[in-house]
Amino acid sequence: MILYLLRRTAALAGVLLAIAGVTFVIFYVLPNDPAAAACGKTCSPERLAVVREYLGLDRSVWSQFTEFLTGIFTGRTLGTGQYAVQCDFPCLGYSYENSLPVWDLLMDRLPVSASLALGAAVLWLVLGLGAGVTAALRKDTLADKTLMVGAVAAASLPVYFTSVMLIYGVIRIAGLLPYPSYRPFTEDPVGWASNLLLPWIALALLYAAIYARQSRGSMIESMAEPYIRTARAKGMPERTVVVKHGLRSGMTPILTIFGMDLGGLLAGAVITESIFGLPGIGRLFYGALVNSDQPVVLGVTLLAAFFIVVANLVVDLLYAVVDPRVRY
Amino acid sequence: MTTTAAGTAPAAAVPPGSSPWQLARRELRRRPAVRISLTVVVLFVLMAATAPWLGALGGWSPEEFDKSAVDSYLGGLPIGSFGGISSEHWLGVEPVTGRDLFARVIHGAQVSLLIAFAATAIVVLVGTAAGIAAGYFGGRTDAVLSRLMDLTMSFPSLIFMIAMLSVAKDVNRILLITAVIGLFGWPGVARVVRGQTLSLKHREYVDAARVGGAGAWRILTRDILPGVSGPVIAYTTLLIPGMISTEAALSYLGVGVRPPTPSWGQMIAESVAFYETDPMYFVIPSTFLFLAVLAFTLLGDALRDILDPRGGRT
Repeated sequence: MILYLLRRTAALAGVLLAIAGVTFVIFYVLPNDPAAAACGKTCSPERLAVVREYLGLDRSVWSQFTEFLTGIFTGRTLGTGQYAVQCDFPCLGYSYENSLPVWDLLMDRLPVSASLALGAAVLWLVLGLGAGVTAALRKDTLADKTLMVGAVAAASLPVYFTSVMLIYGVIRIAGLLPYPSYRPFTEDPVGWASNLLLPWIALALLYAAIYARQSRGSMIESMAEPYIRTARAKGMPERTVVVKHGLRSGMTPILTIFGMDLGGLLAGAVITESIFGLPGIGRLFYGALVNSDQPVVLGVTLLAAFFIVVANLVVDLLYAVVDPRVRY
Repeated sequence: MTTTAAGTAPAAAVPPGSSPWQLARRELRRRPAVRISLTVVVLFVLMAATAPWLGALGGWSPEEFDKSAVDSYLGGLPIGSFGGISSEHWLGVEPVTGRDLFARVIHGAQVSLLIAFAATAIVVLVGTAAGIAAGYFGGRTDAVLSRLMDLTMSFPSLIFMIAMLSVAKDVNRILLITAVIGLFGWPGVARVVRGQTLSLKHREYVDAARVGGAGAWRILTRDILPGVSGPVIAYTTLLIPGMISTEAALSYLGVGVRPPTPSWGQMIAESVAFYETDPMYFVIPSTFLFLAVLAFTLLGDALRDILDPRGGRT
């Protein structure tokens, strides 16, 4: 188990390193001139040269990359002489746009994106598994077909359409909720939830269908297994049979999808955050793109990759919890 | 066991000696959802393929302004009810410019479907080749390809696509989007194919071919490829709606197809500001996008049930 964990962590570090390398090349080497982007629209050639040196763009790509990497682990000093700035661990550089450390920007926005992702995940699990299990237990009835087609239809709606319709229907016409503005959970839990409710619904509708389909398939398969008959023969209540024996054995593929979805969403839902005006990482990313703010773009990409690989690792470890047959 | 997993009742009265494809076709014909979604898919493809002629029928080109169809005193809103739907403009007009929505929607279908199909083709070709190679040759080939799949799947794909498209220089936008979308899609297909290949490569008929002196190429194309084609076709159909949504999302975010070339995502992005004053402008492209994604998904789901009852889980 410990050996497995060590091996997986090493692989995880390797994947992140590779992603950092590819991202670095794409955003620092391919564009015409990051210094021009950093310097702004009105930039004299002398100033451009200063900026280029300050950002280390006059050195080789390799030395820039290694410096960027060491910065993440130990912090580093950007620039020289009177312009020198100490960028503390974990240093992802400074935003060209507002000169704030990228790490601080990310951590400032993370609670918003994480709240959005986690709340939506709970909702889509409840909706998806609920629909899937209900449909499986009523296989080939009208309820089964309605649920499954309904789930696919909900997922086929473009998220920007659902979002705008929710804003229009619930906020503008019915006036049931205020226009979303993020409130921290620790300060105002009710406000936090009511402001995030519509974005949660919009995202959950998009994701629930795949869970419904997968759990329906797994349930139909596992409910036909002999151990279900055994459980029933023991006189176990039907609810326990369904949840503990039927659903549990079908959880592995669902867990895999869940890890990928949640990991991908933690670092920001670009479209949803933009439409609902939530100040999360997705919006930070989009703003950074518009302004060619390369350090922020690189930072968000790395954070997103980090969440995906960590989520996958956690999922693999959870397999052993969900399915007693799995051992590491 | 496999048929129960697919949730299908065994087809009644199957003539003996039917090929898997005949069985699949019979099974498909029994389902009303398949008939409806197949009709919608065919209509969309026809609409996209004949967009220039269909557009000529409507009488407007997608980039033609019609100032007489909008009211300049009302901030450029379309004249007439339902977003200016009339015999002149079948689906109404765009606010401010007065461009014909029917022409824009069908030309948008052409762009959206072209990108979706091309990206799917890349993904399926690369994924099948990589999956077969990894599964059949095993060893180091498998190790390298599998690591590459894991790595590609660890990339935050949407964020990466947006970022790549925003730094890329404008060459051929459609080609670029296709390539970028295709870049992140292939590991999914490759995994399915690899698993299927692994289960096929030691079957007796494959061993027989090997003993008979068939080379690797011949075995791969004649014995393995037909065996993996069922799941691949099911998976391919399910990839298309994802590709359509991805293209729409990228164009919605302004990094996809560039104006004046119309695309559904871009039209929706432009229409969001008008959703209260001119709802039809917002609803029409959204409906087309929704129907296209829904029809392809339902068709793909049905194909997967029939051709790949285990849902690609290997």
